[in-house]
Amino acid sequence: MDLENQKRIKELAETHGNENVVVVLGGAEAEASGLAAETVTAGDPTFAGPLAGVQLGLSVYHITEEAVKEVVDSAVYEEQVGMMEMVLPVEEIAEEMAQFRA
Amino acid sequence: MSFAVVKAASYTLAHTPDFIPFGSTPTTAKARNDQEYFDALKKGLRSFDELVNYPPNQCYIGNITPEQLGEIAQPWYKDAAAAERTGRYGDIMPQVEFYALLKAADAFDLVALTPEFIEQANPALAAHPLLKRYTLDASKGMAAANMHAMLEEHKAEPLNMNGELVGIVKQAHDEDENLSAHIMLENLTVKATGVHAALCLEAQGVDLSEVDYIIECSEEACGDINQRGGGNFAKAIGEMIGCVSATGSDLRGFCAAPAHSLIHAAALVKGGAFKNVLVVAGGAVAKLGMNSREHLAKDMPVLEDSLAGFAFLISENDGVSPIVNTDIIGRLNVGAGSSPQAVTSALVSEPLKAVGRTIPEICRYSVEMQNPEITKPAGAGDVPEANYKMIAALAVKEGQLERAQLMDFVKKHGMQGFALTQGHIPSGVPYLGHGRDAIMNGEINSFMVVGKGSLFLGRMTNLFDGISTVVEKNPGVQGGHGESAGFDKDEARRLVAKAMQDVAARLTESEE
Repeated sequence: MDLENQKRIKELAETHGNENVVVVLGGAEAEASGLAAETVTAGDPTFAGPLAGVQLGLSVYHITEEAVKEVVDSAVYEEQVGMMEMVLPVEEIAEEMAQFRA
Repeated sequence: MSFAVVKAASYTLAHTPDFIPFGSTPTTAKARNDQEYFDALKKGLRSFDELVNYPPNQCYIGNITPEQLGEIAQPWYKDAAAAERTGRYGDIMPQVEFYALLKAADAFDLVALTPEFIEQANPALAAHPLLKRYTLDASKGMAAANMHAMLEEHKAEPLNMNGELVGIVKQAHDEDENLSAHIMLENLTVKATGVHAALCLEAQGVDLSEVDYIIECSEEACGDINQRGGGNFAKAIGEMIGCVSATGSDLRGFCAAPAHSLIHAAALVKGGAFKNVLVVAGGAVAKLGMNSREHLAKDMPVLEDSLAGFAFLISENDGVSPIVNTDIIGRLNVGAGSSPQAVTSALVSEPLKAVGRTIPEICRYSVEMQNPEITKPAGAGDVPEANYKMIAALAVKEGQLERAQLMDFVKKHGMQGFALTQGHIPSGVPYLGHGRDAIMNGEINSFMVVGKGSLFLGRMTNLFDGISTVVEKNPGVQGGHGESAGFDKDEARRLVAKAMQDVAARLTESEE
């Protein structure tokens, strides 16, 4: 995950409390989404950014997961994500994400 | 007024393994004293021959088409067939020629080379059909000992060959960080690689003295403390390549700048302000080794070991070359959304809809043409393929394509990514050369150039950017629809004249 994004997420978690922050990812790939999920839960696996060795344990979802889809206005979802849902490996991403919410 | 045409396009690379430490990723590793990374980096370097033989590079310089590249089994970096350094569109130069060109591009005595290196470089320059005009003077060389002294004082950046010091780039000011040795090295690199690309147009028969405007569209900024991005790379490049009749300016827009430049150039020509507009871009030092950490972790060579450049000439309608149809311009306006769907609609479907065309009617899409072998190991996926899927999905949503045909569309209207990950380099324009040839050979009728840019990286706005246009067969050839060359106008005049004669004859008959 981009170092600047790591910094911003760390600051948001510090300000609002880990339990009050939900990270919603939009990555195009399962593996990359998994890496981002790992970063905001167990810490930066590359040990390069501000979240290296920091276990925030945040709730993390991908925008294409059912749990997110259910809480978004369906018309807005269709307009903003409908096309990408057709294109992305949705199931693969969901499987990858589930690993980080065990 | 007649549409402008794509007259020629060139693409070049410079092998710069000793420049990799100047890249952003290696610079970060250096700040952290990450010796393990640098040990791995040394082992992951490619030879010049390996760079030349690498199939995506052969595609970039025009020796194989994107379709032919797609037929070659991956990984491409393994067991590539022997190939030539020169291609239909350009040339791949070794580091020795690049350093010599860096010196030739130096107007302020900022580049110093050892006399021994100059003696080694001059025969290489002399043997090159385009670079032989630049001979270096060995008597003006600098001893390595003097260079070491400047490096120790942090007043210069080193030019190494296989780790051995052969030159330096000096700072251009004692206190102004905008003229530091590192920035001078980056900017002189843009100039030198831009020169290389533009000269390759000359090899295709372009008379550079007839260019009357130059647009430079890379991602660096040159200037001093009082005007950090003042410019002007365009005229600096033009001066070196004999564009004596030209003026010019720099256009910036992150990765979207080349597509903006294509449209600017076409508009300048169509509007009659200029006749021959050269668009040129040099390479980005910062992006050397950008994804090297991921490549090395996967036992791959460092594939971002070179600098890229391109140039293309937009000219008055010759009735033959493919036209830039500026009636079709996709634009991501300030008020447009930034979701992938909003971006793809604004850039692809809306401009086509405005002229009564559909997405599948455009034969090919030249999007962000990054080489997937570089981006996939870094977690960025196959960028062109992702773009094609988005365009296809949009066509499905708009009822122009059946959902079951989505992957067929990707195959038919898309192509293999082949360009180096140097920001502006892969964006939209890498296919201008191949696309021009494919239209001229009658293989396709049209292609859309789509450029996108991540403006938020500059921290001035969260907006995303993008612009697109269509290059298509010159109707002057087929006598088809739309704006055309003189042939159609003459034909129209004849038809009108004949109709008027007929009317006059009928009127005469009725009077009688």
